[in-house]
Amino acid sequence: MSDTTSPARLIVGRETRPHLPAYLKLRHDPGRDRWILLAPERVLTPDQTAVAVLKLCDGKRTVDEIVAALAEEYSAPADVIRTDVLDLLQGLADKGYVKG
Amino acid sequence: MSEELKGNGHCETLVVDDEPTEGVSGDASAELCARAPVGLLAELTHRCPLQCSYCSNPIELERVNKELSTEMWCSVMRQAGEMGILQVHLSGGEPTARKDLEDVVSAASEAGLYSNLITAAVTLNRARLEDLVKRGLDHVQISFQDVDPENAERIGAYPGATQKKLDVARWVTELGLPLTVNAPIHRQNIHNVPRYIELAVKLGAQRLEIAHVQYYGWAYLNRAALIPTYEETVKSIEFVERERERLKGILTIDMVVPDYYAKRPKPCMGGWAKGFMNITPAGKVLPCHAAETIKTLQFDNVQDRPLLDIWLNSDAFNAFRGTDWMKEPCRSCAFKEVDFGGCRCQAMAITGDARNTDPACALSPYHGEMVRIAREEASRPPTPFIYRNPRNAAEALKAERPLEPAE
Repeated sequence: MSDTTSPARLIVGRETRPHLPAYLKLRHDPGRDRWILLAPERVLTPDQTAVAVLKLCDGKRTVDEIVAALAEEYSAPADVIRTDVLDLLQGLADKGYVKG
Repeated sequence: MSEELKGNGHCETLVVDDEPTEGVSGDASAELCARAPVGLLAELTHRCPLQCSYCSNPIELERVNKELSTEMWCSVMRQAGEMGILQVHLSGGEPTARKDLEDVVSAASEAGLYSNLITAAVTLNRARLEDLVKRGLDHVQISFQDVDPENAERIGAYPGATQKKLDVARWVTELGLPLTVNAPIHRQNIHNVPRYIELAVKLGAQRLEIAHVQYYGWAYLNRAALIPTYEETVKSIEFVERERERLKGILTIDMVVPDYYAKRPKPCMGGWAKGFMNITPAGKVLPCHAAETIKTLQFDNVQDRPLLDIWLNSDAFNAFRGTDWMKEPCRSCAFKEVDFGGCRCQAMAITGDARNTDPACALSPYHGEMVRIAREEASRPPTPFIYRNPRNAAEALKAERPLEPAE
């Protein structure tokens, strides 16, 4: 029980092609006027940035392509966006909500 | 759990648990719950093929002829979706004992609710599961009474249960649904916590609930048969915490710990009437599973009033909403908005007054006595199980005597 990283843990990198498992539901909640991500016995509350990232996680685009798309859309430096996106996706992957 | 709930600034996580413990909690709960509750526990029936002594259902089980109609449950799902509820736990008893579960799942799905089926899985066949999935079921949670089949089947009083559960677990993942393994932990299976984790990984589960028994209903009656020692409890908690780190990204492990050995009470239900509702098989709307043990409360029924009206205006929901109802030491406590004084039902069961501080809190004058009783019960051999069945229910409906406070 000494190993701290199991081989099956997804480490999100620039070439990862992330997608959400089918059982996660990204929905707009009209009553609360906000996006929510529904998961088994969890509700996640992505902000605008997270929603923009999640909508691009189609299993085809790499993280770098997602970053490039966001950099163009928001006219922001790719380096800053990349750090943020990797951090967000790794956090979600560690909860089992993003697959590579 | 707390580490997992920390967002990275862009995405917060909220627990919507079916256990009588955390309920709806997490950083985002205040924002989401400000408008409407988030979680609904629909106890479709109290019928169950198993007879587990750790069950948190009330001793007085609801009769089948009092159960809500199909139309009423479907209306409940629609009302829940309209008022802003996000997740429904379809539970019981055993929810698959209702032949109209399919209709309820369809109604939940149409109402936009994320649906969790909480099942013992011993009477569910593959064709029925496939139909439920087609109708929009989102997630299945299966209880395993132990990892050793013989002991599991003694605890649940259902021979052959283990193989059936393993079959259903396999179908769930084959059909692409997320699986939760529910492990109800007590002194008669606590040694197998490591093997539960292995089982969940082997089954490809998305979540494992290491759910130390909470002492309500049948479990309260069976406490001396169930409560582990302090040392066993601590050892198992430490083990799970290490495994959680090791299995990051592979298995989410939720842990509910036995609060008899805690210093601070659990934030029961994430606060009374804050984000969670429970509907009994007969349609009574409760702020938590065990609320009927507080005999002074009056509960409204979905057959008489709209769900939203009950949420906003029912006396039972308003009784302990917020913090105004609190007595000392809760009233002046720095943590009153953190743990909400703990559990009202536990305060009722052990101190005789639902407004008292939960005796799980070290500041409660009843705390020392509660811990002493727990340690003493755990140190003696387990008492025989009083199995959850109608015959034992009739026998057991005697009032428990509350404790005397210190000084």
